[in-house]
This record gives sequence, structure tokens and C-alpha cells, in this order.
Amino acid sequence: MKAKRLEGVMQGVFLFSALISVLSIILIIIFMFAGGVPFMMEYGIVDFLFGDRWSPSNTPSSFGILPMILGSIFVTIGAVVIGVPIGILTAVFMAEFCPPKLYKILKPATNLMAAIPSIVYGFFALQLIVPIMRNFSGGTGMNMLTAMILLGIMILPTVIGLSESSLRSVPRSYYTGSMALGATHERTVMKVIMPAAKSGIISSVILGVGRAIGETMAVVLIAGNQPIIPQSITSGVRTLTTNIVLEMAYAAGEHREALIATGVVLFVFILMINGLFMMIKRKESKA
Amino acid sequence: MSKISIKDMNLWYGDFQALHGVSLEIPQNEITAFIGPSGCGKSTLIKSLNRMNDLVEGCRIEGDILLDGKDIYKSNTNVNTLRKDVGMVFQQPNPFPMSIYNNIAYGPRTHGVKDKKELDEIVEKSLRDAAIWDEVKDDLNKNALSISGGQQQRICIARALAVQPEVLLMDEPTSALDPISTAKIEELVTELKEKYTIVMVTHNMQQASRVSDHTAFFFNGYIIESGDTRKMFTNPKKKQTEDYISGRFG
Ligand SMILES: Nc1ncnc2c1ncn2[C@@H]1O[C@H](COP(=O)(O)OP(=O)(O)OP(=O)(O)O)[C@@H](O)[C@H]1O
Ligand SMILES: [Mg+2]
Repeated sequence: MKAKRLEGVMQGVFLFSALISVLSIILIIIFMFAGGVPFMMEYGIVDFLFGDRWSPSNTPSSFGILPMILGSIFVTIGAVVIGVPIGILTAVFMAEFCPPKLYKILKPATNLMAAIPSIVYGFFALQLIVPIMRNFSGGTGMNMLTAMILLGIMILPTVIGLSESSLRSVPRSYYTGSMALGATHERTVMKVIMPAAKSGIISSVILGVGRAIGETMAVVLIAGNQPIIPQSITSGVRTLTTNIVLEMAYAAGEHREALIATGVVLFVFILMINGLFMMIKRKESKA
Repeated sequence: MSKISIKDMNLWYGDFQALHGVSLEIPQNEITAFIGPSGCGKSTLIKSLNRMNDLVEGCRIEGDILLDGKDIYKSNTNVNTLRKDVGMVFQQPNPFPMSIYNNIAYGPRTHGVKDKKELDEIVEKSLRDAAIWDEVKDDLNKNALSISGGQQQRICIARALAVQPEVLLMDEPTSALDPISTAKIEELVTELKEKYTIVMVTHNMQQASRVSDHTAFFFNGYIIESGDTRKMFTNPKKKQTEDYISGRFG
């Protein structure tokens, strides 16, 4: 009887905990959309999304966020181009080629990379990448390429961690099956293990994209932050996230609403990325 | 004539000796069955014949294993060629998670066949030889994991045949299968011995006596008795063999 009651109480506790996270996501959605959507309607969605002038302090002010949308997309693509190949190859190395002694160092190191606060990455880039970039391309050294490199590094732990675990979860019988046909270890890894882990690897890339597009504090330090559509890879760039963090502190009225609406756009991006992630997961569990 | 000769072989996993002074002749174009209770070393010996034991850390071998008179453990042996010549089928069907066609073509591609037409021919021939062509010929692009376990096992046999081996090692190839699939594979194996030398591990005494020409009885890492299957099953020389065959232990 007593055990029964305890069970009931525990179930309540579990349910309550679960509800808290559901509740917070609902609150976030309500708050974001209530704060941002009315502004978008009033200002005009097309003008807002595809306007290329962001000048809140002009009269009349204009709030086009196309530069920031493109900035986020460009920077993320760059981060993927730089970070994903390195990340996947590192994961393959760690799962299939790494001597155990080296693994004991590499694994905690990549875990640590995931735990470093992003502002620290920002400092690192400011100290190291920015000066190099200044020598290499002139200007301030704070530009799109700098942001791409930094984000490429920052998505590594996500890509490595998930890819490695999906490589490791490939049944060993595939490996022995291939080796028994006279294939080399390398060929087995490339032609059997990696394709078998494909959906996990793709998921890791998608989560990496999510990380890159959402990153703020590191990017704001090194990207230049000009709200203009970048003309080249060495132009300064402002992303959706940095747009908000740069101006929220002093924004008021319409300006403030425009920033919340920027957040809504970012949120929609994240929703799409997560939707893609879930679709791939679902396909994986079906196969 | 012996296809494989095993001479006074000892094998260790780390400190544990799994095979003791094993000697055995495996005749060409015949079926040799390995029988014996669990843990007695059947898989260990069969894996030594294509050096899959190399993949086991801490595995060490003494003695000689000759394939066509050549020592396969000599340092200049090409392990990949050896495994092409001595194919293997596992207890659990393990087709790759790719199409049936690509499963069969994987081996030939590994060994350098690129021509599409040649691959098509090899795929068809291997599937025919494994007695599964009629069942899958319209589904070659289907994922090999989507067919039944018995069919998967025959796909694995076809995959092994596709690299034109001389010897086929089968470690309990039917223990995960239903009786009908088992019967199909037994029938297939008896046909395959025309072209291949076959070594098969089995826990099923009826299977050993139905299918094999020669039998080796293992116990605790020793081969207690080996020879003609019929003679051994009707008139075992050793008491232990008799007890095992008649089901008194194991
Ligand atoms: N990788 C390994 N490392 C250490 N010991 C092993 C390893 N593989 C097998 N052994 C041991 O070697 C002995 C022989 O094992 P083996 O797998 O050859 O037996 P088996 O006759 O095939 O048994 P079963 O009928 O259960 O398949 C067993 O005692 C087993 O525990
Ligand atoms: Mg075994």
C-alpha cells in the first residue's frame, strides 16, 4: 500500500519535471512570437526579411535584416566547409585508427572543447586568428573568414562526438564480414563502416549547423559586425544573433521589437534545422 | 588429397591456451565438420584457417597450417589474398546494410573488378550458385537487411562465393535459421562441394552426419578423434566421442 502511494508520488514528480521543460518551450515560443510577429506584420514581412538596410537610428529608421540573414547563412556554410571534413575525419580516426594511448588524450580533449565557454573561444580568436587575418588580408582582421574559421573550430566537438559514437555503434559483424572477404582495414572503414554510420554522421553535421548559427558571444568579438551584406569573404559581417546582442541593451520601442523579430527569424531557422534532424533520425530508426 | 593440413598447432588467447597440439587433414572437395561441446575451440580453429584470428588481440599461434602445401602463417603471406581464397560464412547472417547487388559486388570490387558487365555476371552467377537467384533476381536493389534471415544467410554465402574462393569456412551457418532455411542451406552445401572445399562447424549431430564426409571431434582444445563421418558416427573409437555423439553430454 505504502509502496503504491510512493510510486504515485514519484510519478507525479516525474510528470512535473517533464512539464517544466515543455512549459518553458511553450513560453519561449509565445514570448518570441508575441513580441516579434506584430512588428513584422506592421513593418511588412518582405521589407523586414529582404530589406538590405538596417539603420535603427535614422529618421525614418529602416529595419531590413537581409544582411544578417545572409551573414548567418554565409558564416555557417563556411564553418561547415571548414569544420565538417576535419570533424568527420577526426571521428573516423578516433573510432578506427587511433592507438589506445593517443585516444586517452584525444577523447577528453574533444570533450573539453565542448565544455569551453564560447566567450573563451572568442578571446582565443581575437588573440590568434584576428592578427593573422590582419596580416593576410589587411583591414581590422575582423571579418567573415575569421568567423568561419572560429565557428569551424567550435562545431568540431559536436561533429566529432556524434560521428564517433555513430561509427562505434556500427555492428562489428559488418567489419568482420568485410575483412573476411579480403578487404583491408582502410577499405572496410571507408566502404562499409562509414556508409553504415551515414545517418549518424549527417545528424552530427546538422547539429553542428545549429551550433554555428546560434553562436553569439564568440562571433560578436571577431566578425566586424557591420550590418551590410558582405561583399567578399574578408568583409566584416553581422549575424542574426550578434545583431540582437549588439543592440538589445539600448534599444527601445520599434527598434526593440525589430530585434525580437530578428530572434523569431533565428528561432525559425533553428526549428527547421531540428526538423531536418528529426526527419533523419526517424528514417534511421525505420531502416 | 589434402587441401589444408594442420600440423601440431597450439593457440593462445593471452595466457589461455585454446588449442593443444591440433593436427588435421582437410580433404579437397569434401565437407569436413567440426563438432564438440561449447567452448572447445571449433570456432578458434576455423578462424585460424583464414587468419581472422589476427584480428583478435593477444592471439598467438604455433605450428603449421598449410594451404596447398604453403604455410599461411609465413611472414610473406598476403592475408587479403588468403581471405579471398578461403572464404567465410558466419553464424549470424551479416549482410552489409546496402543493396543485395552491392553486397555481392563488394568482394569482387575489393579485388579490383570494375567492369559493370563483369560485375553483373559475377553477381548473377554467385546468387545462382547460392541457390537464391530466383528469389531475389527482381529485387537486386533492395536492401539486403530487408529479406528473411535464411535468405540473408544465402546472400552471405553468395557474397563469399563472389570472390571465387577455393575453401569455404562456415561457422554454425544454420544455427540462427528455421528448419526450412536450414534444409536449403544443407542442400546447397552438398552441391557446393563439387567446386569448393568446405569446413563447417555445427552443434547439430544430424546435420554433421547428413552433410559431412569427414568429422573432427573437439574437446577442451584437443581434437579427440577425426576421420570418415560414417565410420565415426557408427563406430567411434573413443569413449568421449561416443558419449558426445549419442547425446550423453555437451
Ligand atoms: N577472443 C578471445 N579471447 C579470449 N578467449 C577466447 C576468445 N575467443 C574464444 N576464447 C576462448 O577460447 C575457447 C574456445 O572458444 P571457441 O569460440 O573456439 O569455442 P567454440 O568451440 O566455437 O564454442 P561454441 O560452440 O560455443 O561456439 C573458449 O574457452 C573461449 O572462452
Ligand atoms: Mg563457436
